[in-house]
Amino acid sequence: MKANNSIVETGLAGNNGKTKKTINVKKSLAKFAVYFFLILVAFTCLLPFYSMMVTSSHANSDIARKLLLVPGREFVENYKRLIDTVPIWRGFANTIFITVSSTVLSLYFSALAGYGFSKYNYKGKNILFMAVLGTMMIPGQLGIIGFFKLMDTFNMLNTYWPIILPSISNAFGIFFMKQMCDSSIPTEILESGRIDGCGELKIFHRLVLPLLMPSLATLGIFSFIGKWNDFLTPMIILFDNELQPLPVMIAMVKSQFSTDFGAMYVGIVISVIPILIFFSIVSKKIISGVTAGALKG
Amino acid sequence: MRKSSINKSQFGFYFVVPYFITFLIFGLTPIIYSLYLSFMKWDGFSDPVFVGLANYTRLLQDTFFLKSIGNTLIIWVLSIVPQLILALILAMILNEKFIRGKHFFRAVFYFPNIVTPVTLGVLFSLMFDWQTGSVNKLLMGIGLIDDPVNWFNSPWLARLIVAGVIMWQYFGFNMLVFIAGLQSIPHELYEAAEVDGASRWDIAIKITLPLLKPVLLFTFITSIIGGLQLFDAPLMLGNGPDNSTLTMVMYLYQTAFKNFDYSYGAAIAYAIFVIILIFSLISIKFSKMNKVEQ
Repeated sequence: MKANNSIVETGLAGNNGKTKKTINVKKSLAKFAVYFFLILVAFTCLLPFYSMMVTSSHANSDIARKLLLVPGREFVENYKRLIDTVPIWRGFANTIFITVSSTVLSLYFSALAGYGFSKYNYKGKNILFMAVLGTMMIPGQLGIIGFFKLMDTFNMLNTYWPIILPSISNAFGIFFMKQMCDSSIPTEILESGRIDGCGELKIFHRLVLPLLMPSLATLGIFSFIGKWNDFLTPMIILFDNELQPLPVMIAMVKSQFSTDFGAMYVGIVISVIPILIFFSIVSKKIISGVTAGALKG
Repeated sequence: MRKSSINKSQFGFYFVVPYFITFLIFGLTPIIYSLYLSFMKWDGFSDPVFVGLANYTRLLQDTFFLKSIGNTLIIWVLSIVPQLILALILAMILNEKFIRGKHFFRAVFYFPNIVTPVTLGVLFSLMFDWQTGSVNKLLMGIGLIDDPVNWFNSPWLARLIVAGVIMWQYFGFNMLVFIAGLQSIPHELYEAAEVDGASRWDIAIKITLPLLKPVLLFTFITSIIGGLQLFDAPLMLGNGPDNSTLTMVMYLYQTAFKNFDYSYGAAIAYAIFVIILIFSLISIKFSKMNKVEQ
């Protein structure tokens, strides 16, 4: 940009000041248009969330009749009607439990397998790694009917096992952690651990895991978001209201409160606000994570 | 020393075993079991009965399923084309040095991507409700329309809304991917072009776009796989008039878990898999042809 400017300017140095001025005006107009466009898109991104918060604080009669632009006073009333029927905070706690335990399992076993693929040599390693990559191509709902029937046979329907345990097999996580082990775990450290007489698992826990922390944080954020938003599997596996996570409850709110808009909006607010807070804290890490992931792909 | 490290190599195998055991139980077995069930008649209560290819021949004549394939493709095209264009424009703007508040804009554009799709589906179905929704009120307020539009009464409007929600949720993600692609283009190229006196427009069309083509193709291909599996948000937005927004996975879900026709659902799951496979192969072939041409 700077270089371009100076070329334009030196090229125009011989001309009168008028042309220079028009070019400057043109430039600032273009700048204005660009910013206007950016702000317009940003506005479109945020408007639904603003509307959601404002609407959740009005009575149903107002929601149905008016365009609401400022917050009202009915939030607590709407909230009371919502929690009378839907145990939304229970759903919130369920989601946290499912998400945290899945993420921990997923991170630990992804790091372990990624490390196993990165730093050891054994027969069939490459074939096994290709198999892991191959499983990433399988669409998620291919086996869903068999999954349901199999969990029925295991007596695992209406429990958290079918939702949490599969997190151990996170193919993308293994791929990601293998790359990270390749680049950030020096083999000398492992050798020195072995000379000190550490067992292999102890080396992994004491030396490898701490070194992988930054990559685990990135992977953890994405596993967390993915699990938080998970919908189809919990919906078919869990029948009990008390066990369901937040997304399933939100879907239930929609079918149960067909005309109670205020209560529905409160449910939506409760689902979105934690994500908003989470994102405002870790947005830098998330965005650099997406960018890093994109470069690898 | 050497000997002991060779002896250790089996540990690497032990470390990857948990993945394979878990995948075998929760991934592969259900997939094979689904294939078995797709040749059965099973309603979830009585014992499965072998029916051969009956579910698959039924599938070929099932107008709902055929329609859901069309719907999914239409919604995917309606959302992906404007989405990639918008993402590309925004990425190129945010890659300019003079823009301030880059992080803010990136964060705001990306935020919808991490919000629960189900919640977004419910939110937008409320906002586009024709009698009580805020969208109609807003449009009437600024005088664009006189009477409320019944969005979900017209097949194409309903599809446009579903596509719009998907686009709104994913353009920020694609924008970040494109920004990463833009940043990997060497600066020397731009500098050389500027020395030669190329305008910004020339640089964008003749240097940036061609160099970004692989990233664009990659995004397009991966979006097919995701786009054909649309489920969460469309489910909350409903089937639409005359089932015009019924996607393939929605049909799978409704057949198996609403109508309890599990075995037919398994056949639908395999049909979806085959469709995704065909589209992936076509697009991979297409992108390879492109490479050869270059």
